Amino acid sequence: MSHAANIVISILFDGLAYAMFLFITSVGLSVTMGLMNFVNLAHGAFAMVGGYIVVSLTRSLGIDFVPALVISAVLVGIISIPFERFLYRRLYKATDLEQVLLTIGLAFMAIATFTYFYGPIPKSVPLPHWLEGDVNLGFRTFPSYRAFLIVVGAVLVTILWYAFERTNIGARIRAAVDNRRMAESVGINVDRLFTLTFAVGSGLAALGGGFAIQLFGLTPYFAVLYLVLFLIVVATGGLGSLKGTLLAALVIGIIDTGGKYMFPQAGNFFVYLVTVVVLLIKPAGFYGRE
Amino acid sequence: MRLGSRLGLTALALALGLGGAANAGTVKIGVVLPFSGANADLGHQMDKAFDLYVKLHAKDIAPNKVELIKRDEGPPTGAVAKTVGTELITNNKVQILTGFSFSPSAIALAPVVTQAKVPMLIANAGTAWITNLSPYIARLSFSMWSPAYPMGAYAYNKIGCKTTAVAYTDFPPGKDSTEAFETGYKKAGGKVTLSIPMGSPVQVPDFTPFFQRIKDAHPDCMYVFVPSGAHATGVMKAYGELGMRKAGIKLIGPMDLIPDNKLQDMGDAAIGTIVMGHYAVDLNNPQNKEFNEEWHKAYGPDSYPDFMSAAAWDSMHAIFDTVKKLNGDFSNGQKVIDALKGWSTVGPRGKVSIDPQTRDVVEDEHAMEVYRKPDGKLGERILDTIPQVKDECKALKIGRCAS
Repeated sequence: MSHAANIVISILFDGLAYAMFLFITSVGLSVTMGLMNFVNLAHGAFAMVGGYIVVSLTRSLGIDFVPALVISAVLVGIISIPFERFLYRRLYKATDLEQVLLTIGLAFMAIATFTYFYGPIPKSVPLPHWLEGDVNLGFRTFPSYRAFLIVVGAVLVTILWYAFERTNIGARIRAAVDNRRMAESVGINVDRLFTLTFAVGSGLAALGGGFAIQLFGLTPYFAVLYLVLFLIVVATGGLGSLKGTLLAALVIGIIDTGGKYMFPQAGNFFVYLVTVVVLLIKPAGFYGRE
Repeated sequence: MRLGSRLGLTALALALGLGGAANAGTVKIGVVLPFSGANADLGHQMDKAFDLYVKLHAKDIAPNKVELIKRDEGPPTGAVAKTVGTELITNNKVQILTGFSFSPSAIALAPVVTQAKVPMLIANAGTAWITNLSPYIARLSFSMWSPAYPMGAYAYNKIGCKTTAVAYTDFPPGKDSTEAFETGYKKAGGKVTLSIPMGSPVQVPDFTPFFQRIKDAHPDCMYVFVPSGAHATGVMKAYGELGMRKAGIKLIGPMDLIPDNKLQDMGDAAIGTIVMGHYAVDLNNPQNKEFNEEWHKAYGPDSYPDFMSAAAWDSMHAIFDTVKKLNGDFSNGQKVIDALKGWSTVGPRGKVSIDPQTRDVVEDEHAMEVYRKPDGKLGERILDTIPQVKDECKALKIGRCAS
């Protein structure tokens, strides 16, 4: 196989894996922002908590990595419900600034709490044998962990797409995103809907946090370190849009990976360039409501 | 009410002033380390060493005392460090500053310490030319050149790196480390085929695209410099995941790549990595054994000191010796820095001293290889030792080291 083709495949593969991480972690943020206009800067904290639960489950209880990911996502989804019920709910009608202050405060509290219990040293998890090393697809080899991440991402995209576009609950969520007052007046309980999507979104963030341990190493500071990236994905994708978040994650994941490969001197330049260009042409993002 | 509170404040200030005068033998040490943020673990590694030294050796300087005033260094940009460092000097009246994980912090504070005539003893930050910035700066940790420059010749002659790709975190010590390596390596006859900056130190990037590029270029070796926090773990994961060792690309670098406190978490990917450095938990000398025993006694069996802890330990040792020598009188910064010049000890790193000309450290550098010990843990094996290395950047007058 030619050298150029090899490079393109490398970039696409690594970019796709990165995009799946971005999608899994950001999609909940996008839906909650679209649904309630709520700025949840503590989203990364839920991802960080998910990561630490995976660490504890695998290291202390000896549970395998993959079941630990699932348990952690479910746990964080459940833990997030009281936060939504008792804290977030009070500020739905408040200004953006108040929402930002509450949620960034929560993120810093989470960082301090987890630093106290786990310390600031990066954590890693023991991986099952089949996730270490690489898989041979005949024409070349790929790192198996990233291949697994891509598969999980693809499955999640399918499930979410089906739930969003083909189920009754999905239709209600879309209705509420489009026009909240109209949705309420036809009898949709938007509050309960929001609790549900918030929990699912936080659970997915926790899943992303679990995957991130192997990609970036996990420290309590994870809660805010990659937040800008998640917000970029949400903004370029368009608030509340599943399709938009997926497209934005793919574009940013692949362009960032390609940029780093081809022009490492440029740093993060390409991510910001894409963001600026997209938002100039479509200020509401790919699929946002103008 | 207002008058009353003002009077009260005056009385308080007087009392404090008198209290200060009564404790003439107390040396105030300003400690600037990252206690928050993505690099908080680096601060903890050094803070633990400072505290341990003070706890074990406070009796040695009696009746004099030291008081540690600790401030958060913030992110590796220098701005926060400059603010807190200036506050320490002007408000807290510290008589010496130490700590400093990051070069930008020390660089930003250099003009302040020159003006205030308060000595700064750097316990980590490694950019080579920092000590040239002020006659009040001395360093006991390392210059990026101390491991990186000898690594150049060693990589070519002993490891068999005929071609090498260098990759580094894009801030002053990263450029310094790779420049030092390249200078030594090219002099020995090696060829650098790729040079890749890998983003800022603030965020751990996804290393895969950078490493994939190196894998596709297929050099014999890759020399990597990253800050020794979460970055180092990320490097090892990407290196292992991409199967680069299997592809015949050896991973080499300065000791920042395998800090002792993260080594056990790095797994099999780390085995075979060769670094140049002045400290490892496995260094075999009585001072290091004692240091490790005391460390485990204080912080538990799963906590390990690393090269930063060792440098912090020696730095506090130097300050204590100076307190003894000057009998607790640190009021004249010039006398303090003069006392530090030429100071030497045999510590956990072996023999270290402060070169009186450059005020920079002189120490042994070891080529070390990661291997699996019989007890199942990862360890570092000493392959070779280069005795008493000085900062070659200053000797060769390269770039800003010349001034």
